[in-house]
Amino acid sequence: MADDKSKHDAEHAEGHGKREPSYLVAQRGLKSWLFTIDHKRLGLMYLGSTLLFFFVGGVAAILFRTELLTPAGDFIPWLLSHLPTALGGTGGDVEAAVAQSATTYNKLFTVHGAVMVFLVIIPAVPGSLGNFLLPLMLGAKDVAFPRLNLLSFWVYTLGACFFLYTLFAGGLDTGWTFYTPYSSTTGTAVVSALFGAFILGFSSILTGLNFMVTIHKMRAPGMTWNRMPLFCWSIYATAVIQVLATPVLAITLLLLVVERTLNIGIFDPAMGGDPVLFQHFFWFYSHPAVYIMILPGFGIISELVAVHSRKHIFGYKAIALSSVAIAIISFIVWGHHMFVSGQSELAAIVFSFLTFAVAVPTAIKVFSWVATLYKGSIQFNTPMLYALMFLFTFSIGGLTGVFLGTLSVDVHLHDTYFVVAHFHYVMMGGTIIAFIGGLHHWWPKMTGRTYSVWQSKWAALLVFIGFNMTFFNQFVLGQQGMPRRYYTYVPQFQQQHMMSTIGSYILFLGLLWIAIYLLASLRRSAAPKEPLPDNTWGGASLEWSTQTPPIEHNFHGQPRVDTDPYNFPQIDRTGEVDHH
Amino acid sequence: MSTDHESPKAHRPEGAHEPHAFFAHHFNTPDQQAGAAKLGMWVFLSTEILMFSGLFLAYFIVRMFYPDMVLAAHEHLNKTAGGINTVVLITSSVTMALAVRAAQVGNTPAIKRNLLLTIMFAGVFMVVKYFEYTAKFEHGMLPGKYYTAFEHGYYIPGNPHIFFAVYFCMTGLHGIHVLVGIGVLTWVYIRASKGHFGPNYYTPVENVGLYWHLVDLIWIFLFPLLYLVR
Ligand SMILES: [Cu+2]
Repeated sequence: MADDKSKHDAEHAEGHGKREPSYLVAQRGLKSWLFTIDHKRLGLMYLGSTLLFFFVGGVAAILFRTELLTPAGDFIPWLLSHLPTALGGTGGDVEAAVAQSATTYNKLFTVHGAVMVFLVIIPAVPGSLGNFLLPLMLGAKDVAFPRLNLLSFWVYTLGACFFLYTLFAGGLDTGWTFYTPYSSTTGTAVVSALFGAFILGFSSILTGLNFMVTIHKMRAPGMTWNRMPLFCWSIYATAVIQVLATPVLAITLLLLVVERTLNIGIFDPAMGGDPVLFQHFFWFYSHPAVYIMILPGFGIISELVAVHSRKHIFGYKAIALSSVAIAIISFIVWGHHMFVSGQSELAAIVFSFLTFAVAVPTAIKVFSWVATLYKGSIQFNTPMLYALMFLFTFSIGGLTGVFLGTLSVDVHLHDTYFVVAHFHYVMMGGTIIAFIGGLHHWWPKMTGRTYSVWQSKWAALLVFIGFNMTFFNQFVLGQQGMPRRYYTYVPQFQQQHMMSTIGSYILFLGLLWIAIYLLASLRRSAAPKEPLPDNTWGGASLEWSTQTPPIEHNFHGQPRVDTDPYNFPQIDRTGEVDHH
Repeated sequence: MSTDHESPKAHRPEGAHEPHAFFAHHFNTPDQQAGAAKLGMWVFLSTEILMFSGLFLAYFIVRMFYPDMVLAAHEHLNKTAGGINTVVLITSSVTMALAVRAAQVGNTPAIKRNLLLTIMFAGVFMVVKYFEYTAKFEHGMLPGKYYTAFEHGYYIPGNPHIFFAVYFCMTGLHGIHVLVGIGVLTWVYIRASKGHFGPNYYTPVENVGLYWHLVDLIWIFLFPLLYLVR
């Protein structure tokens, strides 16, 4: 997977003399991992945990997709009656299984949504790639507050424990949105799930705060704002939203906890409260939160597109500032989730307009990436395949968002599979695809290992086919009136649902394959005989100028920067990341 | 920005940039460390403000929905106690500022004295709050389903349980912040006793000071909104 430039670079690295032990082996023992304050190790720990929960959320999805193979509710009753009671089944009691099946379906999609949103997509990219790359890209020894970084990892773990507890304490059936009044009356384990999300919010805030300060204060000499890799800009914009939006989620969840435990009535119309107030509170966080989820993905794509087409990124400033613009506008569009909740007409019109406004900076990014590809020497490395996939799927996701932002159209599409498809094209087809692409791009740097090229390309194809097969016809389903979150459906939809389910199996297999060959690359026997070259892809940002995998303190001496991170002609000529 | 790291001594008085005992080595200079800590604190304070802003919004919605009820219910709050607490907190902000100044000039006895006064005022605030809360409990003026004031001979029209829910949420969350404040003030006091602070290094005192001013500031908004509706 290395091109000939990196061979040159390897020789260059040898020129520097002997290699130092990498951060992976600089210290040994379980404790040195659990209590590490090294941003690179924390990045790997986030990577492991988010991928684990990605698997959990994925299994839940596969279960309810299997249920949707047929219009009748049959798979879940079968599953429940065959599971022992210890595992939440009914141990052969068919009647009880049927009685519980609809609720179980609700719990499954709630687990899928809540785990994917709070435990996977929000922390995945900032937690893993962000932690690992940000100080390296900035030329710093670590983030500004390394111990806080460790704390936010453990706070994340604590929040995850609350979620796991929720699973075993009867599950949660409110959907990930916790809408009142249902969430304040249902008998499932809402309070522990709320505390889980509350705690995870703190982890998110601490990470955002840390990254913000790191970008302000830890940049290497010569690293001006306009010489930062675009990944850092996107992490910065993300951090702003994490810091400013998440506290509102915290207070919302606390109020809901109080509502459930003390019946204060603030969200309950029977006691003089207002359930729509909860929706306003919730979406004031959760709309910006979708940009917490997607902005880091944008950052990854900017890096991948430029590096693998050997061309200076088109419109650096436009991409950088559009991230900030998205962060700002994201705070004033939340009302588009309440077009049919009894919002004033004027408010709906304003929110609709502002929602369209977000499309502008987003389109600026997409056009800039496409313009970067234009006349570049595109190399179809695995990360690049994901970047191209992203351009395709994310564009569909983004454009269908405009449908949903349109008032009259939304009345028809609201709460249908169209919304499900849109959301997955943005979150899965956007963030997760970018995340997997980034993982393939930086995997050699992070682990010092290489993965099988042919396997990774075939797996990428499976993911692409599986993803589109699962979700594309859900646009049609939704448009035809299939409501989301329904356990059974009318028989006319069966063909499309079946297609969706088969697609989800293909997608699942593709993702499993990726996990298998990535894990296989970590085996001791898969260790490369010669250490990998420092610069795998001929990248021009600082993380490629240090050893692979990096040493504990990132760089030998303080790097200085006198050029921008997309200066590929120079690196292709000299084979050297020109920062010293 | 980059020049910050290149010539830390260029524009600083002599002695203000020497590495101190608490210098963390992933920073290039103590100045960079202090700047990071301070920026981090300001960012943290902004999250606090946003967290409280949710409660303020809830308050305004309740007041907009039920202006008469809020007016009637707020008369049952103890304006004298609230007023005393306001004066107490403002005074504590003054002693806190004096503690920070003392740290900047390296006067350890003065840091300790002023921190102790601040902690004491925080304690007075909590004691007053305790008496206020117990009075409310006794009169059944509690949030939500626990609201039983009518059994104690108080009749407030409308939905007063929501007003008291908002009252307890806001003052409760603020009270938790005061308690946390007492904790961090004590921590800084212990460190001051060990002689950790001086002109080279006083970031913890400064940051705890910022936090304490915010706690004070939030109360300054809570007091008129809750106690002085009329
Ligand atoms: Cu939204």
